[in-house]
Amino acid sequence: MTDPALAARPLPVASPKFTVRDLHFHYGDFHALKGIDMDIPEKQVTAIIGPSGCGKSTLLRIFNRIYAIYPKLRATGSILLDGENILDPRYSMNRLRSKIGMVFQKPVPFPMTIFENVAYGIRHHEKLSRSDMEGRVEQALRSSALWGEVKDKLKQNALGLSGGQQQRLCIARAIALKPEVLLLDEPTSALDPIATGRIEQLVEELKSEFTIVIVTHNMQQAARVSDLTAFMYLGELIEFDKTEKIFTKPDKKQTEDYITGRFG
Amino acid sequence: MNTGTDHIIKSYDTELSRLTAEIVRMGELSVKQLEAAIDVVERRDERAAQRVVDNDDTIDQMEHDISHDVVRLLALRAPMAGDLRNVFAALRTAADIERIGDYAANVAKRSIPLSMVAPVQPARGLEHLARLAATGVREVLAAYQERDAERAHAVWKNDTVLDEAYTGYFRQLLTYMMEDPRNITPCTHLLFMAKNIERIGDHATNIAENVWFQVTGEPLQSQRRKLDQTSSADFSGLAGSGDKPARP
Amino acid sequence: MNALYLRRRITNALAMTMSMLATLVGLAFLAWILWETLRQGISALDLKLFTKITAYGEDGGLLNSMVGSLVINFIGIGIATPIGVLAGTWLAEYANRTKLGESIRFLNDILLSAPSIVMGLFVYTIIVLPSTALTHGNTTFSGFAGGVALALIALPVIVRTTDEMLRLVPSTLREAALSLGVPQWKLTVQILIRAARSGIITGVLLALARISGETAPLLFTAFGNNYMAINPMEKMSSLPQIIYQYANDPGESMHALAWAGAFVITMFVLLLSLASRLILSRTKVSHD
Repeated sequence: MTDPALAARPLPVASPKFTVRDLHFHYGDFHALKGIDMDIPEKQVTAIIGPSGCGKSTLLRIFNRIYAIYPKLRATGSILLDGENILDPRYSMNRLRSKIGMVFQKPVPFPMTIFENVAYGIRHHEKLSRSDMEGRVEQALRSSALWGEVKDKLKQNALGLSGGQQQRLCIARAIALKPEVLLLDEPTSALDPIATGRIEQLVEELKSEFTIVIVTHNMQQAARVSDLTAFMYLGELIEFDKTEKIFTKPDKKQTEDYITGRFG
Repeated sequence: MNTGTDHIIKSYDTELSRLTAEIVRMGELSVKQLEAAIDVVERRDERAAQRVVDNDDTIDQMEHDISHDVVRLLALRAPMAGDLRNVFAALRTAADIERIGDYAANVAKRSIPLSMVAPVQPARGLEHLARLAATGVREVLAAYQERDAERAHAVWKNDTVLDEAYTGYFRQLLTYMMEDPRNITPCTHLLFMAKNIERIGDHATNIAENVWFQVTGEPLQSQRRKLDQTSSADFSGLAGSGDKPARP
Repeated sequence: MNALYLRRRITNALAMTMSMLATLVGLAFLAWILWETLRQGISALDLKLFTKITAYGEDGGLLNSMVGSLVINFIGIGIATPIGVLAGTWLAEYANRTKLGESIRFLNDILLSAPSIVMGLFVYTIIVLPSTALTHGNTTFSGFAGGVALALIALPVIVRTTDEMLRLVPSTLREAALSLGVPQWKLTVQILIRAARSGIITGVLLALARISGETAPLLFTAFGNNYMAINPMEKMSSLPQIIYQYANDPGESMHALAWAGAFVITMFVLLLSLASRLILSRTKVSHD
């Protein structure tokens, strides 16, 4: 099942979207990430798993520097996005965030209509004519597999949608900006299995266009949707390999223990 | 794979160790069947032979139960990594043991017509083959129980001894048949029985491969190329080609 | 087992009875107050109450006081709302978890519980006295001064509710907007205030209800006026002030007028509360 020639091929991958080197992160005195090195390949799904507090969400939140809105947080090291260091203060936040979309644990639609939710972010970055905007919104809603369900109620408040629909709306909102990377922070933890399945199917479809990084508590989900899986523990990257390898024959005992449910 | 730590869910550990115990018990039963079969050949005891044949149902039933347990584990526990290989190896090993049981029953079954004709001299040689096969199965079961990949590998390499013994025995039977056509009927029976025993050895090597995969996560075949290139030289055309598909 | 179950049932019944009794006591007093104001003021509750001014005494109504109350409250809430919403927004969005923010929040809480007469005296000192001096006595007490005094009472309420309501907005909503590259000010104005809108409006309505019953700060500021006054620079009558005045009057029919005024205020406050309830319930959508 594992071709030894394949298994021996070392990660880092050929065309990394993100190149993380010696990344450290501090919450005040707390050392949350301790020297992370990883290459995240382009147009593939990379899952980050690990127990609560291992730093996986923290790592995700550094990729678009969303952590910067809170005081006393500090990241050192480098994260190259297509060769440019996004941790460099000269890297424009506006540019970074138009390249990187993010979807959160709980669906958080803005208190506006469904249409406005998707159009809102676009308006900030581009001036579009009315019909262009309508086309863009429709395209985003189609890509997030929501169009059929909402096309007749675009003017209704987004808060009236179901949880799963709200989460797909959040994905539409993120991809409407045509980002290159999509960060998903436990996107299905508040959803039922059917809604979860739809999101996972969507991830499958979106990976041809976007580089996707997903943080999840659900190991089966990581196994189902990702090409590569990273296991983190206590702020360190323990193992990062092909998903198939991680779930059949991980190299590290800690990974094996976590994956087989032996963490005590 | 045996990381020494228990699962957070204790009943999962219980189920996995029960599965291993079931396999070992089934394997021991199959070895006992093989020994009993050889015993009835020597004693020319038809009724005992029939008992051995009937006992095979127990082994079949055990395999059925183990398959059920494996499906249940896969569905309810969704085993991962080492646990997944453990369950997977158990399923395959149970199938191999079931075949070993079938071959043992076949040997016993052929002992019935064999005991109806006059005893022939080479019947003795069969016992030697059976001892070799039984030792192999015992060893590989121990390796399975201990999760000892090296011990399994030793069994796997040692199968050539049984193969060679089988080839020798085959030549011997051929000689007897050419000597006296009256020997042809009993010797044909013996030939089939020897073939069955040789196949038991093959299944022991299959189990060794399962153990190797379970422990290392790698297939044993890739090892074979490196370790066993010379052994193809003593492959004899007489030894029934096509019986061992894994042989390069 | 059965004894245990019985004991639990008894405890449960006991707790239910106690809490129901407590609720009933509260409701009974509310009904009593409404009933008393209605009963005592019923003789004065007629059309004249809303058409005639207080200058006619027991033959008059409360028109000028009602108009005065509306003007003063409007000024008060008009001043307090923008300042309060801005200050609350600053506290929640820009100064949250900073030392300055925490100390201002603390000071605001003190202001929230400051006696209202202090506000009246304060405004008397900073507006009434200087304007008297500047205009040589032409402008002394005024509806405007009353409005400022009421604004000082409403302000901490609005600051507090705006702050609380904005902090109730999940932080992921902020992160979601910021992750789209939206700047902080746009996020605050277009999303957060909108998300907290119903709560903020409710806070303003509750502040209005609070100040519409205040008497003490108006005595030193709006003073009172028996004639109709629309210009906020004049002395102005108001319902609480006239109630206070008439209640101290020996005449029985004056008392009835005071009761009628009290009834009008009570109904006004009740309607405001109902309105705020309506706003809250209509826009409330679960986040799950």
